[in-house]
Amino acid sequence: MSAAIKSIFNHNTYLSGLLPTTAAPHEWLNALRADAALRVRALPFPTTRDEEWRFSDFSLMCKTAFAPVVATPALTLTDIAPFLLLEAVNSRLVFVNGIYAAHLSSTVLPAGVVATNFSAMLTNETLRAQLAQHAPFQHEAFVALNTSHLQEGALIVLSKNTDCTTPLHLLFVSTASIAPVASHPRCLIVAESGSACTLIEDYVCLPTVNASPTYFTNAVTEIVIEDDATLRHTRLQRESPSAFHVGYAAVHLGRNSCYDSNNITFGARLSRYNLHITQSAEGTNCTLNGLALISGRQVADTHTVMDHTQPNGNSAQLHKCIVDSGAHAIFNGKIFVRKDAQHTNSTQSSRNLLLSNKGRIDTKPQLEIFADDVKCAHGATVSQLDTEEMFYLNSRGLNANTARNLLIYAFAEEIIDKVPIASLKQHLSQTVSSQMGEIV
Amino acid sequence: MISSSSKTILEVRNLSASVSGVGILKGINLTVRAGEVHAIMGPNGSGKSTFSKVLAGHPSYTVTGGEVMFQGKNLLELPPEERAHAGVFLAFQYPIEIPGVSNSAFLRLAYNTMQARRGGEDLDPLEFNDYIREKSRIVEMDPSFLDRNVNEGFSGGEKKRNEILQMAVLDPTLAILDETDSGLDIDALRIVASGVNKLMTPNNAVIMVTHYQRLLNYITPDFVHVMRGGQIIKTGGKELALELETRGYDWVHA
Repeated sequence: MSAAIKSIFNHNTYLSGLLPTTAAPHEWLNALRADAALRVRALPFPTTRDEEWRFSDFSLMCKTAFAPVVATPALTLTDIAPFLLLEAVNSRLVFVNGIYAAHLSSTVLPAGVVATNFSAMLTNETLRAQLAQHAPFQHEAFVALNTSHLQEGALIVLSKNTDCTTPLHLLFVSTASIAPVASHPRCLIVAESGSACTLIEDYVCLPTVNASPTYFTNAVTEIVIEDDATLRHTRLQRESPSAFHVGYAAVHLGRNSCYDSNNITFGARLSRYNLHITQSAEGTNCTLNGLALISGRQVADTHTVMDHTQPNGNSAQLHKCIVDSGAHAIFNGKIFVRKDAQHTNSTQSSRNLLLSNKGRIDTKPQLEIFADDVKCAHGATVSQLDTEEMFYLNSRGLNANTARNLLIYAFAEEIIDKVPIASLKQHLSQTVSSQMGEIV
Repeated sequence: MISSSSKTILEVRNLSASVSGVGILKGINLTVRAGEVHAIMGPNGSGKSTFSKVLAGHPSYTVTGGEVMFQGKNLLELPPEERAHAGVFLAFQYPIEIPGVSNSAFLRLAYNTMQARRGGEDLDPLEFNDYIREKSRIVEMDPSFLDRNVNEGFSGGEKKRNEILQMAVLDPTLAILDETDSGLDIDALRIVASGVNKLMTPNNAVIMVTHYQRLLNYITPDFVHVMRGGQIIKTGGKELALELETRGYDWVHA
């Protein structure tokens, strides 16, 4: 084994090997990048010996030397047509392998809404004030790596009291390339006080058929929801079945703000999503829905933290995993109710469907309560298909396979139904249904 | 409707069945001919519901003896979906909910599956829409129920009406109604019963499993059977049900 290959196998220097080789066009960005690069060099690569990473073994990716993206393929709107949303034809930012594609984007936006690439706004006050202030690059190695690459990214700012009725679509396209590439998508969303909008953060791969490129997506999203603002956030991960995907979202909740999250995972060979929500003032409302539908040798790991630090916060979480063949789904959901977070009302439910005796599900709902006047409930179930339900469908003439598919579809649909974009909801239902052999 | 020349639809001979090693049915004999309505009554735990589930092929029950012939076929050899294709229908005591699947999509799936098995034509969603709206009148069901998810958020009465609507769509030769009257108010009971009556023809038959006489005020049985200890211990006409209503089950002996 050559020295070069050996170094790829050395986990702790692996991430350093993915650091950028060129500087950013602006000094304040370079300062942030340099801080983050120091952390990349200092932080150990997460391994299964770390409690937070014990089930998702990302050392698998260390066998591949991911190159930085240098040029992006010339995609056309026709190429990305399958991913376009009817409801967001004029409110879309598209990034190809992490690089902003202006010709694929469309930003005819209502007054009070900014949606643009970072580089167009490098002197923007909001960007400078908020970027990298929420996602913890000091102690998360992948967040540090993403931060060390800061340059391109999606910036969304909703001005005070702007009700943006048009959904905003952030589309991150990865393509097949000669050598596997790494991209580091970054989003900053600031919903100023009293504003509201619907956001779709969408990770996809081209081509959609007959190819399964290997690449690495390392995404970080920072969301600031100020007082009385509302954000409906749908995050969709439908990467190539050979891709590696790590995502981190940090959400900061202002007084009486609302955050609805629908997090849907279909893709990637190995994926990890961290959703970290922090309440900074009282009276917040969160609804967190999650669905992972995986098969083959896929591993999908979802870690969520809901941190109730202030009084009168509500949160309701429902996370579902459907695991077929030899796939492995992990859910770890922590809810903290801090000392001052009196009158918190929090529920968490992890429901899992295990379809194969080779599949695996690890679920760990965690509740840590330090306040004494709160209402909290959590629970987890892992089950196979229900005999009574199968019998009901069989007795209506449906054979075992159709009945099984229908029940799996129904299980997934409970989450998909909550996606607030009609065309996307329909598309997701069809995706599930076609995986299930066109049952309905 | 009954005549001795009516052909036999179901012939149950000495049927025994167990669940988890415990014997529940201990030698049931029953003959059902075309055009007949049979009521099966009996105290709790007598095996009535087990009998209906065994006929429909519930996988949790093991048949330990006897045979069931259905229109010349050995019913016990068939998996539940093939029993449905052959013309057996079970209306469930507790119908399941299927979130995310509309009632009309589910009914069309069931209908087309059945049509394929019986050599009939598929209906596309538009054609089926006309068909199902017509059928839903049988149980006085508001068409809005067709767009709702299967049984999701339905009241007890609405679920039972939906069962009878499924019966109408699947057009069985033998319908087994497992405590279809339980949990129904008087209006819902009347609607469900009238639906069943409308679906009766000289060529099909109904077995009603029930605790109470009141259903039999609306659907008149030709035979009333009393089950106890996993056997049919007495068979009579509709007057037997009235007697059970006033005297209870204790006086009945094998």
